Amino acid sequence: MVLRINNLRSLTLAGCLMPLLWLFIDIAFDNLGSNPIQALHIRLGDWSLRFLCLTLAITPIQTITKWRGMTDYRQIFGLYAFFYATLHVLAYLLVDHAMIWRMVGIDVIESPYIWFGLPAYIIILLLALTSPKRAKKRMGKTWKKLHRFIYIASVAAIVHYFWQLKGNLAEPLFYSIIVFLLLSFRILVWVKSRQLIRMMIPTGRRVLSVAEKQGAMPEVIRKRR
Amino acid sequence: MIIKRTTDIPSSEITDPLVFRERRKIIKAMFAAMAAGAGIAPATANNNQSVWTSLPKGDFSAEFLTPTPAQLIKNYTNYYEFAFNKKDPTNLAQKLRTDLWSVEISGEVEKPGRYYLEDILRQQTLQEHVYRFRCVEAWSMVVPWVGFSLGSLLKTVKPLSTANFVKFTAVHQPEAMPKQLNDAMLEWPYVEALRMDEAMHPLAILAVGMYGDILPKQNGAPLRLVVPWKYGFKSIKAIVKIELLKRAPSTTWNKFAPNEYGFYSNVNPSVAHPRWSQNSERQLGSGFFTPRRQTELFNGYGEQVASMYGNMDLRHFF
Repeated sequence: MVLRINNLRSLTLAGCLMPLLWLFIDIAFDNLGSNPIQALHIRLGDWSLRFLCLTLAITPIQTITKWRGMTDYRQIFGLYAFFYATLHVLAYLLVDHAMIWRMVGIDVIESPYIWFGLPAYIIILLLALTSPKRAKKRMGKTWKKLHRFIYIASVAAIVHYFWQLKGNLAEPLFYSIIVFLLLSFRILVWVKSRQLIRMMIPTGRRVLSVAEKQGAMPEVIRKRR
Repeated sequence: MIIKRTTDIPSSEITDPLVFRERRKIIKAMFAAMAAGAGIAPATANNNQSVWTSLPKGDFSAEFLTPTPAQLIKNYTNYYEFAFNKKDPTNLAQKLRTDLWSVEISGEVEKPGRYYLEDILRQQTLQEHVYRFRCVEAWSMVVPWVGFSLGSLLKTVKPLSTANFVKFTAVHQPEAMPKQLNDAMLEWPYVEALRMDEAMHPLAILAVGMYGDILPKQNGAPLRLVVPWKYGFKSIKAIVKIELLKRAPSTTWNKFAPNEYGFYSNVNPSVAHPRWSQNSERQLGSGFFTPRRQTELFNGYGEQVASMYGNMDLRHFF
């Protein structure tokens, strides 16, 4: 069993590199079309967003199917989202702008779509840095708080995608629906758990009043009053 | 506007009979190629013989520029009537019927009418124009167009002094154009317009070819506008109607997003699009790790066109 899980894990690790291999093949065979630099750039951004969606999908899947031990995969997918986002940023700086920093500066200042991409990248950079188990232990409760920023990153990434297009809105629309569904699952869970908290572990007087109304108050308590 | 009498044609304007015969040959070849090209995928229609060999160069043709390879130009087009990406129009556009093409010219002119492209070409002088082409999406290329002066065509229909704007309408062929059929995104047919002085400017041409050949359908065959100092979307493809108007008409992209695509849309690196910078451009055909090109005001044609916008605030009239 342990062996099988480990196999699946290494298979996943290798599989996540396939898009990169595929990209290299397309570069080698000149398959990226008339504007290969833009194609490369978009391809890397797309994969980063896909892995971000996969990362966000793990928790809902785990909740619905009650499968255990998927957090490992959440970490793998999250790190790959970071990996492809880093390549996306490097492609922008090196492949497209050839490190002409003045041009990069003007482009960043004048392009509002980048104002959404940049914070999204900074967030997942921080999440990647605090990804190791040791960091998680050391950070305690703040770890969870910090890693909830992935929700903001995913929304910013979607806006970043939409905001640089002139036409062809079908693809970003597809991703925004996915992200919307994945985030609304969290909202649903959050609302549900608040309701549950109210019902299950009520405190103080409310308990008594509810119990009284229902006539379910134990004899002992009633006498004491 | 000075309206010349047609009786005194200077001898310089009389077509040399040799040139005239040559033109007939060209027109014949053009229509033969159009007929042959119909329904054939671009990959197979790759005949090595060009229709126009050694055409005279236009006055503003930039011979010092290296044209972008034809294969790149043919496979990277914004042709929203066919698809919202740049690759699919290459094949989809082959369905467009371009035979027996005519252009209706109307509005504030003395001689309105429907003119067959064949007849127009018989009157006009074709030249090669190597022009820069800058898309509003911050990519660019260099295209060796084959075309004739737009102003010279407009003169033949005698514009009235009340003509202030020129409106161009593209073809409506929903049976060939999927996005027109679905009524998707933009308002069809596609419409663009120029101010009268812009239309009469010698840089503005109507193109019927590129690389010495008939214009590929995905690149706007059989007749398209080329205004190299403006963003590419102004250079409307597959024109069927030209109207001279008193007032500025509304144009397709401007109507779709008025704050993003202005009526003028002159190339200007210091006026950013509301969502992205226009400071630099990626030239098609340039390799990985090569810098982007610094975009020039009026796409490098400032010397020719800047005077038309002398006292205008280009930030406001973007």
